[in-house]
Amino acid sequence: METILQEIGIETYLYLSALLFCIGVFGLLLRRNAIVMFMSIEIMLNAVNLMLVAFSTFHQDAAGQVFVFFSMAVAAAEVAVGLAVIVAIFRNIGSIDVDQLKNLKG
Amino acid sequence: MGEIIFYFLAAITLGTAFLTVLSRNPIHSAIYLVICFFSIAGHYLLLNAQFLAIVHIIVYSGAIMILMLFTIMLMNLHANLEKYKPTMINLGATVGFCLLGLILISGLMHTKPVVESYYYGGEDFQSINVLGQVLMNDYVVPFEFVSVLLLVAMIGAVLISKKDTVKKDTIKKA
Repeated sequence: METILQEIGIETYLYLSALLFCIGVFGLLLRRNAIVMFMSIEIMLNAVNLMLVAFSTFHQDAAGQVFVFFSMAVAAAEVAVGLAVIVAIFRNIGSIDVDQLKNLKG
Repeated sequence: MGEIIFYFLAAITLGTAFLTVLSRNPIHSAIYLVICFFSIAGHYLLLNAQFLAIVHIIVYSGAIMILMLFTIMLMNLHANLEKYKPTMINLGATVGFCLLGLILISGLMHTKPVVESYYYGGEDFQSINVLGQVLMNDYVVPFEFVSVLLLVAMIGAVLISKKDTVKKDTIKKA
């Protein structure tokens, strides 16, 4: 049984997940909409997950995939709490533009 | 064959990730993100991680994106809701993206893995059987903590998003 790593090598996966992580950072810097910022965070988490799975296949070790399970569980918990916070912000301010969250500014 | 599939999937992943970030309408962003997650599940299948691909589709495309879409629909967001941003923010974000990409790619180009060349030993290391044994033998304590984390997150989400009725009653009485 041959795998994809014999054909293209691990480096291509490293470049792909690095680029995906950069796109997530770009979205986080560019957008002010809180939900789109959340989606950018999900993209970054997925980039790291992809790299973990690639290295798990490369080293033939199941521990990397177990880490990806934990990372997915943490991402699910983070999204649930974060969306609840966003809904609470929307109820109070009427907008989810993060530039309008300056009540603590002196 | 595998190379063509990989580059096709990588193009879909990067393109839809860019469209997620750049599209004005949050609903379109969510739809593009679903496509991006499906292509990442395709990458997992290419790497022979079948169970992880299925879990990824169920958790991300199923649970997380439904939650986000419901939130977007609840808030009734429109594309023109986002205000005009100064060009400095766009410029700064683009420059930051390019610099981070440059640093990461050039750093990764000069790294050498510990295992010099890839070989496939042939032993089974990522079927559900082996993954379950690793999870239950070596990582059983983090596994239990994850269940506690999910319980706490569920209770916290319900408490945070619940309407504050007590406050309104006191305001009415006063």
